[in-house]
Amino acid sequence: MIRLEKRREPSQVFAYLTPVLAVLVTMIAGGLMFAALGKDPFVAIKTIFYDPLFGQYASFDRPQLLVKGGPLVLIAIGLSLGFRAGIWNIGAEGQYILGAIFGAGVALAFYPLDAWFIFPLMILAGAFGGFLWAMIPGILKVKFGTNEILVSLMLVYVAEQLLASMSLGLMKNPEGFGFPGSRNLQQYPSAHNAEIIANSGMHWGVAAALIAVIFAYVLLARHQLGYHIRLTGEAPRAAKFAGVSPGRLILVCLGFSGAFAGLAGMFEVSGPAGQVTIDFNTGYGFTAIIVAFLGRLHPVGILLAGLLMALTYIGGEVAQSSLGLPSAAIQMFQGMLLFFLLAMDVLTGYRIRFGQGETA
Amino acid sequence: MNLTKRALMTGAAMALGLAASGAPVLAESHSEKTKVGFVYVGPVGDGGWTYEHDQGRKAVEEHFGDAVETVYVENVPEGPDAERVMVQMARDGADLIFTTSFGYMDPTINVASKFPDVKFEHATGYKTADNVSVYSARFYEGRAVQGHIAGSMTESNIIGYIGSYPIPEVIRGINSAYIHAKKVNPDVEFKIVWAFTWFDPAKEADAAKVLIEQGADVILQHTDSTAPLAAAQEAGGIIGFGQASDMSEYAPSPRVSSIIDNWAPYYIARTQAVMDGTWESSNTWDGIGPGMVGIGEITDAVPEDVKTEALALKDSIASGEYHPFTGPLKKQDGSDWLAEGETADDGTLAGMNFFVEGLEGEIPQ
Amino acid sequence: MDLSAINPVLLIASLMVAATAVMIAAIGELIVERAGVLNLGVEGMMITGAICGFAAAVQTGSPTIGFVAAALGGAALSLLFAFLTQFALANQVASGLALTLFGLGLSALLGQGYQGIKPPSTPRIDIPVLSDLPWVGRILFGHDLMVYFGLALVAAVWAFLKYTRAGLVLRAVGENHDAAHALGYKVIRIRVMAIAFGGACAGLGGAYISLIRVPQWTEGMTAGIGWIALALVVFASWKPWRVLLGAYLFGGVTVLQLNLQAAGIAIPVEYLSMSPYIITIVVLVIMSADKSRAPASLGRIFHATH
Repeated sequence: MIRLEKRREPSQVFAYLTPVLAVLVTMIAGGLMFAALGKDPFVAIKTIFYDPLFGQYASFDRPQLLVKGGPLVLIAIGLSLGFRAGIWNIGAEGQYILGAIFGAGVALAFYPLDAWFIFPLMILAGAFGGFLWAMIPGILKVKFGTNEILVSLMLVYVAEQLLASMSLGLMKNPEGFGFPGSRNLQQYPSAHNAEIIANSGMHWGVAAALIAVIFAYVLLARHQLGYHIRLTGEAPRAAKFAGVSPGRLILVCLGFSGAFAGLAGMFEVSGPAGQVTIDFNTGYGFTAIIVAFLGRLHPVGILLAGLLMALTYIGGEVAQSSLGLPSAAIQMFQGMLLFFLLAMDVLTGYRIRFGQGETA
Repeated sequence: MNLTKRALMTGAAMALGLAASGAPVLAESHSEKTKVGFVYVGPVGDGGWTYEHDQGRKAVEEHFGDAVETVYVENVPEGPDAERVMVQMARDGADLIFTTSFGYMDPTINVASKFPDVKFEHATGYKTADNVSVYSARFYEGRAVQGHIAGSMTESNIIGYIGSYPIPEVIRGINSAYIHAKKVNPDVEFKIVWAFTWFDPAKEADAAKVLIEQGADVILQHTDSTAPLAAAQEAGGIIGFGQASDMSEYAPSPRVSSIIDNWAPYYIARTQAVMDGTWESSNTWDGIGPGMVGIGEITDAVPEDVKTEALALKDSIASGEYHPFTGPLKKQDGSDWLAEGETADDGTLAGMNFFVEGLEGEIPQ
Repeated sequence: MDLSAINPVLLIASLMVAATAVMIAAIGELIVERAGVLNLGVEGMMITGAICGFAAAVQTGSPTIGFVAAALGGAALSLLFAFLTQFALANQVASGLALTLFGLGLSALLGQGYQGIKPPSTPRIDIPVLSDLPWVGRILFGHDLMVYFGLALVAAVWAFLKYTRAGLVLRAVGENHDAAHALGYKVIRIRVMAIAFGGACAGLGGAYISLIRVPQWTEGMTAGIGWIALALVVFASWKPWRVLLGAYLFGGVTVLQLNLQAAGIAIPVEYLSMSPYIITIVVLVIMSADKSRAPASLGRIFHATH
């Protein structure tokens, strides 16, 4: 029989080792799958993991990691604060959309004015849009005790309809020949979230993600609010005795996660994406939930997890076009990676014992 | 803007010392084979839009055999992801890249400016460049034939129409179908339901059922799944049409005909042009005549005389003798649009955002 | 504008069909959550069930075998989740999301070659006299078998939880797994069975879409219905009959908004399309006066310490 025995302290060695192990095991299992699909497993794995980082065209792909990973990290950091306290905002996708709509709304309202204050105003508006959307589940939970998972999720669908409405109506580009979609903000310098250093992939959204990582780290490690968040998650009853107001904590956590998601949406719409369109949202809000857990809700872990996730996307695209792998295989591969990471996580907290013993 | 970007890009690459391999970072490797890339917005298994483009890709492979290599990436979201995929294809040596969704317009233009030697073809857009062509199909020509059959065959005089989003493409189709249904049946009425989604088979099925319940006995659809046809079959006595692909598994009834997106001839011709070195930037908007829009077999469920008329209509459109938008036509609000004998210009058609006179309901804004 | 075009009998009959898939998936998830496990992978299990059912039905020509295969496919996938969460003690939220990602990819791979095929049709029951009764005939006796199966399943789950010993044990495990363990119940075994049941139900719900509601296979065809099922369980505050109510309400609003559009009511379409979700939120707020709460151990990891 195999039996799990709880460690007194989580193993430091395994905390660092399991992600590496998981990636290795995924490579083996994924390789088998690729082989079953008739592709050379070694070439496929190299294409996904190695080429974007060190291959011939790494100079283009590396910055793309930031472009793809930036919003994931920014959203995931916000979510992780709530998750740690047991507050489940799974509607970041909706908050991301609202941030984009608010941010782009400010830009389009001022178009074609050339002024320095437009971009900062857009940042505020974007954060506010996401914040507002997250406050709906927040206030409903505090006032009526409604479940925030459900409300935040429902609001994603509402936001998607709102986005369609904006692209087809209010924000439609008047010079767009009747086609849906707003003006392209990349062509409006005052509102364009340009790269800080050209071709580095480093736009203001990525900078914001990095700042968020540091912010969350400091908050959790040093600040009283961070302590309250951790306490509420680990020992809700003790938190009450310590004087944590659950309602306030809910609003704060949802507010942060909403504002961060809104920021991500705003930076995306004014930078890499450029315009409000019907299909502007591409699932960053949901993928970020996975990233948050992959990173074990730890700020630095989330940063690395976001980059890893971005790597599988980018490598996966290359593998599709150069090897003819279907995108479904890439999706499964990502799923496997998550499975193995989650499954191996047990080694950090538990020891495996072989032999006779009672099992649950 | 684009020029500066390009200059900056090479500059930065050099500055970072990443061009050390000797080869310019962004130069394409050239091989004997002509390489053609396709960027798809959906999965090749969607049975509709992307599926038909992929059929076009397969036709290119078949036509040229070993002389051509094709690559594709599916499920590419519009925006930065599309841009990245295009760059990846171009640097991997693609000579010609088809980008098959409207939302790829700006990304295509951006990438094309960085790879002047690669030819780009963007579907359904309007922005061109020296190395970017646009192409689209005049589906409304097929809609005219559909409208004719629908108007002739309806007994309840109610025709149901499932639209995706209220964009010019869809509005054009509704107008064209309505004009030609009305011509053969002055009492005809259109009931329009907007699904507000490109793809949700269950919702399409619901929409078809609702229209049938409200008395429609002909269902026209501008969404790509077979769900409405299945609903029509279940209800019985209802007819519908294949959309995007032939959907012949529902023939002879409820599917009495279809509008087929046939990209193969265009893709083959453009690939040939690249091989011959004769490729030029162009703006193609083809219809039934050149074969970009196909009318699927009209089944025996359609009365012989209606079928003959429909085929005659199709031929006159194909030969250019007849334009589906020929005056006199008024807009929904009663204002004049086209005078007697006048035909619509492509500019107005491309951005069509109004219903013609007689249609009820407003276009959602 | 022509409200008289909306026939209430047909409206009710079609909302029953529109609600069936999400209802079956939700009732399965309800059992999972009553056992104290939160599986967010419903969408992934539904789409896997949709293709397993479709492929089996096409290969054998029998929709019945299709539905059985769908249940097995959904259950098999859910066991992956069971392994992760019950044996490897992984976080349930993350595992569920990973399951959805995996299921979407898996179904797309399995489905290659099944596009554009029409599955064998599932007969609709048609009892000569009853189905022709005015009003009730069409509503009560004019559906395919799965609609009744869904209703029966809700009733069965309700009776199981309320009247059987096994149901009591399941609830005990969901409320306090440590106490249940101390009483000698096999917490893990019970949860694994609940998860598999949930997977089977999700698979059936998916197959209802691919075999009856839409009849065809396309990638990603469940288009988010699995998420709605999750929402329904919370909406129903973990009570079986409220799942039925919620599913009908949700299906009803969806069908009604399409009806209003077809009747030419001049309400902006995008706001009509939002209405099912907004109404769900409003109803949720109203129902929150009812203090029934989630199973106490929901989402928490169980590890026997002795």
